[in-house]
Amino acid sequence: MTPQEGFSPDIIGFLCNWCSYAGADLAGVSRFQYPPNVRIIRVMCSARVDPAIVLEAFVRGLDGIMVLGCHLGDCHYLTGNYYTEKRVKTVKSVLESVGLSPERLLIDWVSASEGERFAALVKEFTETIRELGALGKEANCDIQQLKTRLAAAKETLTRDRIRWLVGRERELTEDKNVFGERVTQEEFDQLMFQTIEKEFEKRKILISIGDDALSIKEIARKMEASPGKVLRNIVSLEHDGLVSVVGIEGNSPKYRRVRG
Amino acid sequence: MVSLQNPVSEVNKVGSVLVIGGGIGGIQSALDLAESGFKVYLVDKSSTIGGVMAQLDKTFPTNDCSMCILSPKLVECGRHLNVEVLTCSEVTGISGEVGNFSVSVRRRPRYVDIEKCTGCGLCAKFCPVEAIDTFNKGLCDRTAIHINYPQAVPLVYMIDKEKCIGCGLCRSVCLADAITYSDKEKVTTLNVGAVILAPGAEEFNAKLKSEYGYGRYPNVVTSIEFERILSASGPFSGRVQRPSDGDIPKKIAFLQCVGSRDVTCGNSYCSSVCCMYSTKEAVIAKEHMNQIEPTIFYIDMRSYGKDFDKYINRAKEEYGVRFVRCRISKVKEVPNTQNLRVKYETEDGRLSEEEFDLVVLSIGFTPSENIKQLAKNLGVELNEYGFSKIQPFYPLETSKPGIFVCGMFSSPKDIPETVTQASAAAAKAGELLSSVRGTLVKKKEYPDEMDVRGQPPRIGVFVCHCGINIGGVVGVPSVVDYARTLPNVIHACDNLYTCSSDTQEIIKNNIKEYGLNRVIVASCSPRTHEPLFQETIKEAGLNRYLFEMTNIRDQCSWVHLHDPEAATEKAKDLVRMAVAKARMIEPLERLSLGVTHRGLVIGGGLAGMTAALTLAKQGFEVDVVEKNQELGGFLRKIHHTLEHENTQENLRNLVENISANKLIQIFLNAKIEDVSGYVGNFKTTITQGSEKIERDHGIVIVATGGEEYSPNEYQYGEDPRIMTQLELENRIATPDLEKLGNVVMIQCVGSRNDEHPYCSRMCCGESVKNALKLKGKAPDTNVYILYRDIRTYGLIEEHYRKAREAGVIFIRYKEESKPTVTKALSEGKEVLHVSVFDPTIQEDILIDADLLVLSTAVVPPKENSILAKMLKVPINEDGFFLEAHAKLRPVDFATEGIFVCGMAHSPKSIDESIAQAKAAVSRACSLLTKDVIEAEGVIATVNPNRCTSCELCMQVCAYNAIEIEETKRGKTAKVNSALCKGCGACAATCRCSAIDIKGFTDMQLSSIITAMR
Repeated sequence: MTPQEGFSPDIIGFLCNWCSYAGADLAGVSRFQYPPNVRIIRVMCSARVDPAIVLEAFVRGLDGIMVLGCHLGDCHYLTGNYYTEKRVKTVKSVLESVGLSPERLLIDWVSASEGERFAALVKEFTETIRELGALGKEANCDIQQLKTRLAAAKETLTRDRIRWLVGRERELTEDKNVFGERVTQEEFDQLMFQTIEKEFEKRKILISIGDDALSIKEIARKMEASPGKVLRNIVSLEHDGLVSVVGIEGNSPKYRRVRG
Repeated sequence: MVSLQNPVSEVNKVGSVLVIGGGIGGIQSALDLAESGFKVYLVDKSSTIGGVMAQLDKTFPTNDCSMCILSPKLVECGRHLNVEVLTCSEVTGISGEVGNFSVSVRRRPRYVDIEKCTGCGLCAKFCPVEAIDTFNKGLCDRTAIHINYPQAVPLVYMIDKEKCIGCGLCRSVCLADAITYSDKEKVTTLNVGAVILAPGAEEFNAKLKSEYGYGRYPNVVTSIEFERILSASGPFSGRVQRPSDGDIPKKIAFLQCVGSRDVTCGNSYCSSVCCMYSTKEAVIAKEHMNQIEPTIFYIDMRSYGKDFDKYINRAKEEYGVRFVRCRISKVKEVPNTQNLRVKYETEDGRLSEEEFDLVVLSIGFTPSENIKQLAKNLGVELNEYGFSKIQPFYPLETSKPGIFVCGMFSSPKDIPETVTQASAAAAKAGELLSSVRGTLVKKKEYPDEMDVRGQPPRIGVFVCHCGINIGGVVGVPSVVDYARTLPNVIHACDNLYTCSSDTQEIIKNNIKEYGLNRVIVASCSPRTHEPLFQETIKEAGLNRYLFEMTNIRDQCSWVHLHDPEAATEKAKDLVRMAVAKARMIEPLERLSLGVTHRGLVIGGGLAGMTAALTLAKQGFEVDVVEKNQELGGFLRKIHHTLEHENTQENLRNLVENISANKLIQIFLNAKIEDVSGYVGNFKTTITQGSEKIERDHGIVIVATGGEEYSPNEYQYGEDPRIMTQLELENRIATPDLEKLGNVVMIQCVGSRNDEHPYCSRMCCGESVKNALKLKGKAPDTNVYILYRDIRTYGLIEEHYRKAREAGVIFIRYKEESKPTVTKALSEGKEVLHVSVFDPTIQEDILIDADLLVLSTAVVPPKENSILAKMLKVPINEDGFFLEAHAKLRPVDFATEGIFVCGMAHSPKSIDESIAQAKAAVSRACSLLTKDVIEAEGVIATVNPNRCTSCELCMQVCAYNAIEIEETKRGKTAKVNSALCKGCGACAATCRCSAIDIKGFTDMQLSSIITAMR
């Protein structure tokens, strides 16, 4: 991929107060230079970074996001960064579903003494994003499509079942589930991927419908998806009481969102 | 015995304490004391506090970054209202008596005004004089005006007078007018009630061992130099490079015991920490540069601490660190390559030679001449090595009443033990001065808070030039102009130094003048400066949380030096983002919790009793709950110490004292049925027989102790001649011990194996002690000790040496070829045949044992797991309680108000148990001495309308701060404001977006992001 001419990416870095923010300070103290594209937002712990917030940032059109925490085992809040690691992994797979490169989201660890490493990470990440180009360049879709997908992705990550899985991942894969068994990482990842895919598709449908009343075919056209797949998901959405049929035009039932 | 001779009457006591030495030990003592009502003077001879720990890269066994965990403590110390830090200072004399001392302190000139210097660093940028950087151990240079390291506290520059040529350039560039060439040495007198000595120790001078070539060969470095080489903020930015040519070494040799266990250099003791730190350095070197092949040449692997053996195993198995048991005879440089040839003798007596690219000498520690002089000035007695003289049952007391000791000055020790002793020494000072607690502390008064709720935001923005640090790159005036255009910004201005005291007045006046209700400072790092500005706006009547800070120096001007335009744009963005958040911030409340001034101690062994007595001496009621029918625990089985102290007599005294103390209530044959509540407000149910007793407690100390492992090995229990080490001790204590020909002791029975992978720490000392006793009673008794590694760490080494001199025979065995015991008939008598392979002669040795003594493991009581669940605190894989942080919070749990001490934490000796018990009390006193505790303001909050009580948040919370509560409208999660630390893990996990974090709300974060585009 050739870098976009004159493209200067907008990047946000979520840095935890205790290690990575201190590392960023040290980069300053040591005068390690890095590109000025990144804007840093301080949080107490990287675990504060809600997956939905990350998507929000992409919805707002930011080109790349860094989440930096203490090294694993060093978390000021004992275990926070382990959760962050799991969450970010999930967000990355959601980004892939959107059609974005997962490289737009970086998770890494920077200690208070790693000023040079922080600068290097920013440099490298800025370069990665510069090469990827403006948000959505890799997605092969128009801006409206991308916005729909991102909004759907954000909603996906606010869905309770997804969040439940994300929250339980460490316990399930590293300790045990309710049956006292351990779930393998592959098993879990596969399940997670499927659940997210499904949820994401549904969210896209809801967003495509918007405030209109649309037929399956109309929705499919808007989403650039197969009507059969849309139907499967609509059935499930209807079952959940999120859409309902408001009339039939010709042979096509029209679906409208049920606003709660 | 140490006792308080002619104690000063209570009325003359002084409620302040002098802490000498600002390393991690001194810092811990100072913070504990200041938090429990005493004024503290913290004196350090260097220009900054932090000590050796500031020079370390990582710390074992967790590989925590040293600076990450140290620097918050430095900041806390530097900012504490009741800690006065005196740097560049040395104590020269003392007069007066216990409880009321006069101490004279010589203060060397710094030539920089501590009040005015902002640490901006402009002076060092221009200073033309280069000097050797001693902080970086001479591996690079610094300027004559300097700070030791960027996180130093106080962050004030200092002129190295020996190097400075007095050119005057620093004064001409300093915008803060802080340079004072006229500074003179001063002598001040401090009036204090007690003194804590925490001066640390000095690294052994490796040049004294000339056979290793240090000082002659550039590629022979000391372990502390290697720490700096490894450090990401060190001279090579963490790239492992060797001094001669900057090449990355492939083969690195670590030589152990340089200046330790060595009679020829006078240091016959073991330095206790080198085995572990070398292994850590080897592991970290490998982590930094995978091509490195580290080899550690050692005598015995002394990984005796909690989780240390696991660390060694990981180093071997995961990192491929090679360990060679041998003695090094010589190191010689290879002329052309400057590589080094290491000559050594392996265990079986063969001579070998091997070439390395870099040699690291694992140097030991020794009291410096400076420290010896200090001890002389204070009248403190030293032992033969120059360490402070102490006794096992009084590990914190020097020979002089009212002067206490902690850390390396009493014997070589690692960070957690130093921190433990530091807290314990603080407890000793607290005991002595409890009647004058609170008499000298300052308390700041603030005006009533203005109620700004419902008011539209009126934001003031203060943009800092930081001399030219920001202003030289970022167009500060244009940022100010820009800030004025932002919504709700009523006032914006620039300051030369926003942190200077005159600017604080400006900020306060502006708040009044413009009616500001939100304040933003755009300058440096909130990590160091946010508390200062929060204080300022509080003084002006604003809630401290109505403040935002954005970092346009460390994270903008300094890192975009060559792109002023982009830096200015970025600064504007950052200000806009801060304004966006400031518009949404609200005043936050810090919950005040009442405190029950009574402690609960679980366990009535040595640690439990010591803790109870110490708490009572500090003036608090204590309940002691012991499961057995008498007090004493493990200590009942020990009759004497290595130093010939009568243990049982000490135990009797302790039991008498504790029983006679009116503040202490003892529950024997009792157990804890239930503990609920939280810090300051625990509710405990104790069962004693059929009776249930309900009590309120402010803190809980867990001191459940350890138990002797009952062996299945070596036919134990089948023959009266086979016994455990403690059983032998009991036999020795009886006057009619029969004459014995051969006594064989086997070490590590039940320790360091698959079932108990840890080292039980005390058994090597135990065996040496009993062997010496046997030899003392009947010198012709043959005593054989079959061991894996002799772990007589610290000053215990001396007794190991004595045992060898007395003719005790030490034979090493390997884990895979354990000694075997068989019964056989010899001359009509049934004898115990012990067979063991001796690696020095490479042959099996057969001993007919009259007595076979098994050095059995210390195991945790089974009840630990039940108690752990009840208290919601963790236990480790081995069944011992797991402290909050292995390095800096050795007696705390993550759950506030609960502490651990003694063998409940891990196996340990008498003096270590006592120190830990007192440390737990010291930590507890920082809570118990308060009438109210202030909780965090930045905490989680639950919207009950959205909560489905799924409990996901409870699982991710590391502090047990969330509970499910039954309300009229059903179940809902509830955050205990007293326990919540505000990390946000719950909020980012909650599946119904029912949880938010005050001060970092979803809305606030989202507004920042929105403002960025």
